[in-house]
Amino acid sequence: MNMMAETTTEAKQVQPMSEPSFKMLGRNVSVHYGAKQALFNVNLAVRQNTVTALIGPSGCGKSTFLRCLNRMNDTIDNCRVSGEITLDGQDIYDAAIDVVELRARVGMVFQKPNPFPKSIYENVAYGPRIHGLARSRADLDQIVETSLQKAGLWSEVKDRLNEPGTGLSGGQQQRLCIARAVAVSPEVILMDEPCSALDPIATARVEELIHELRSNFTIVIVTHSMQQAARVSQRTAMFHLGNLVEENDTDKIFTNPDEQRTQDYIMGRFG
Amino acid sequence: MSAVQQNVQTVDWHSDAIKARRKSRYAAETRLKAYGLIAIVFALGFLTILIGSLTVKGYKAFEQTVVSVEIDLATSGFDRDKLMDANWKSLVKKALLEVGGAESLKKKEQKAYLDMFTDNAAYLVRDQVIADPARLSGKSSFVIPLSDPFDQLAKGEISRDTPEDQRRVNDRQIAAFDQLVAKGVVSKPFNWGLIFNADSRFPELAGLAGAISGSFWSIVVCFAISFPVGIAAAIYLEEFAPKNRWTDLIEININNLAAVPSVVFGLLGLAVFLGWFGLPRSAPLVGGLVLALMTLPTLIIVTRVSLKSVPSSIREAALGIGASKHEAIFHHILPLAMPTVMTGTIISLARALGETAPLLLIGMNAFMTSTAHGVFDASTALPTQIYIWSDSPERGFVSRTSAAILVLLAFLVLMNGIAIFLRQRFERRW
Ligand SMILES: Nc1ncnc2c1ncn2[C@@H]1O[C@H](COP(=O)(O)OP(=O)(O)OP(=O)(O)O)[C@@H](O)[C@H]1O
Ligand SMILES: [Mg+2]
Repeated sequence: MNMMAETTTEAKQVQPMSEPSFKMLGRNVSVHYGAKQALFNVNLAVRQNTVTALIGPSGCGKSTFLRCLNRMNDTIDNCRVSGEITLDGQDIYDAAIDVVELRARVGMVFQKPNPFPKSIYENVAYGPRIHGLARSRADLDQIVETSLQKAGLWSEVKDRLNEPGTGLSGGQQQRLCIARAVAVSPEVILMDEPCSALDPIATARVEELIHELRSNFTIVIVTHSMQQAARVSQRTAMFHLGNLVEENDTDKIFTNPDEQRTQDYIMGRFG
Repeated sequence: MSAVQQNVQTVDWHSDAIKARRKSRYAAETRLKAYGLIAIVFALGFLTILIGSLTVKGYKAFEQTVVSVEIDLATSGFDRDKLMDANWKSLVKKALLEVGGAESLKKKEQKAYLDMFTDNAAYLVRDQVIADPARLSGKSSFVIPLSDPFDQLAKGEISRDTPEDQRRVNDRQIAAFDQLVAKGVVSKPFNWGLIFNADSRFPELAGLAGAISGSFWSIVVCFAISFPVGIAAAIYLEEFAPKNRWTDLIEININNLAAVPSVVFGLLGLAVFLGWFGLPRSAPLVGGLVLALMTLPTLIIVTRVSLKSVPSSIREAALGIGASKHEAIFHHILPLAMPTVMTGTIISLARALGETAPLLLIGMNAFMTSTAHGVFDASTALPTQIYIWSDSPERGFVSRTSAAILVLLAFLVLMNGIAIFLRQRFERRW
C-alpha cells in the first residue's frame, strides 16, 4: 500500500517517460477499424510487476487497447494502429520486431476459455515446445507441472493430464488457459475479462491466482467488475468512448477520482 | 403510474382464440414433420427402385455358365519351353468334342457344336498351363465358359419356346447343351471374371479389371494433384491472401469453375494435355489430370469453408502464445478442419470416379484387353466401360452393364465408408 502512496503524485502527470519500472508504454495510440476510429491518442504506462486494470463501459476500446499490446490486432484485416507502443523501451510495431517473439513475451488470456481440443498436457506443453524451451521430455513435464501449479490447477488435473482440455469445467478451462500462457514464461500477461464466464468461486480462484502471478509477471486485466478491479489491481485505467479518461492508483480511482466521468461510472451512473 | 398499468395487457390463456391459435401452431409442426417424412420416403423409394432394377437386370452377370473339361496334357507332347507356340487349338478342340461326344459329327455340325464354347477356349487353357506348368505331366480339368448365347440359354434369358428361326441357338445345339447338362459337367459358379478379367469382345470373358485399374490410376493421379493443390490454394486464400479486388476476382472465378460442366474440362484436357504437352491418349494420367482440374474448385471451396468454420478463438489461442501463422494453421486449424476436408475430398473423388464425359473426350473409352499397370497404360475407366458395354449389341452385355453399374456403386459406397471412417478416427483424436 505504501508503494501506491509514493506513486500517487507522479501518476497525476499522465505520461511519465522512460521510467525503468515501466514495462510497457503506449504513446498516442490510435486505432481504426476501417473508417471507424476506436481509440483516440491513448497514453498509458504499464508498470513492472503490477496489475493494471482497464475499466470502462462496453465498447469503449479496452479490448482494442489490450490487443495492441501483443499485436493481436494484426490478425484483424481492417485494423490500423498508429502511435507508439514500447516493451522495455523497444517499439513493438517496429519492422525489426519479431511478432512471434513479442507474443511469447506478452502472453494473453482471452475472455472465453479457449483451450486447444487436445489433452490437458498438450495444451500446456504446446507453447514451450514450439519455442524450444524444454531440452528433454522430463524438462517439459516439469514445465507443465509448474505452470499448472502456478495456475492452481495441478491438484485437480494431475491424474488426468491426457484427457482433453475441453472436457474441463469453464473455470478449470480458464485456469488451463492461464497455465498455457504462463508456460512460455512471458513477461507480461494480458487478460481480457478472464472471469466473465466463471462462477464466483472460480472467479475468486482466478483472482487469487492473479495476486500470486504478480510477483513474477506484469499483468494487464480488462474487467467489468469494479470489485474485481479494486481487489486485484494496483493501478486502474478508465476508458470512455475510445479515450483514456484517467489512469491512477486503484485506491485513488475508487475513492477520489480526478474525473467526474470516472466517479459516475464507478458509482454505476452510466455504462 | 396508472398510465403504465393501463398499458399492461392481461391475457386470457384459456380463451378460444388463443386455444385455436395454439392448435394451428401444433398443426404446422405436424405438417412439417409429415413433409420431411414424405421427402425421405421418396428419396429412399427412388434409391430402392434404382438398386432394385439394377440388381434384377445385373445379378445374372455375377454368374457364368461354364463346362469343366478333362484334358490329358501328358499325351500332347508339348515342349515345355515352347508352350506359347504349341498347337492348343486342335488339342482343346479335340477335348471339347470329346466331352459332348461330338467327334463323329460332320465338320459343319462340329462347328455348330463348338459354337457352344467361348472362342477363346484354346487361349484360356494355354494361359492356365503356362501359369502352372505342372499340369503338363498329367490329366487335369479346365473350366471353359460357355459362349454368350448358351450362357443366356442356361440362365433362361433365351427361351426354348421361341421358334427356332428367331433364336440364336438351334434345336440341335440345345440338344447338345442338354446332353452336357445331363453329363453333369455344366455349372454356374460366381463370375470372378467379371472383376478379374479385362474387357473382351466376347461377353462371357469380358470383365472390369481394365476399367477398375484405369479408374484406380486416374483417381490416384486426381487425388495426388487436387488434394495438395486444393488445400494449399485454400490455405493461401483463406489465411494469407489480402482481401482486395484481385483475390475477390480469384474467388469468383473459382466459384464459377466449380459450376463448369465436366465436358468442358474434357475439351480443355484434350487441347492442353494431349495437344500441347503431347501426353498419350487414353492414359489414366491424362484422365486423372482432367478430373483433378474438375475437382479442384470444389475442393478449394470445401477446404475454405472448413477452415473458416474453425472457431477464431483457436487461432487466437495459438497466435496468443507466440505460434507463427504457419504453426497455428498446421498444428491447430488444419487438423480441426481435416475431417470436413476429408469428407469433401472423398466425395469429390467419388464424383470424379463416376465422371464419364471428360474421359470419353480424352479417349479413355479405348477397347483394351489388358489391365493398366501404370498411369501411362491406355485403358478405360468404370463409367466409360459402362458406356461402352451399354452400347454393345450382345445380350450378355445387357446384364453386364447393370452389373458394372453395381460394381461402380459398390466402389462409391466403399469410398463414402472410408470417408466416414476417417472422419470418425480424426474426431476421436481430439
Ligand atoms: N473487429 C472489429 N471490427 C470493427 N470494429 C470493431 C472490431 N472490434 C471492435 N470494434 C469496435 O471498436 C470499439 C471498441 O471495441 P472494444 O472491443 O475494444 O470494446 P471493449 O471496451 O472491449 O468493450 P466490451 O467491454 O464490451 O468488451 C467498438 O465500438 C467496437 O464496435
Ligand atoms: Mg472487450
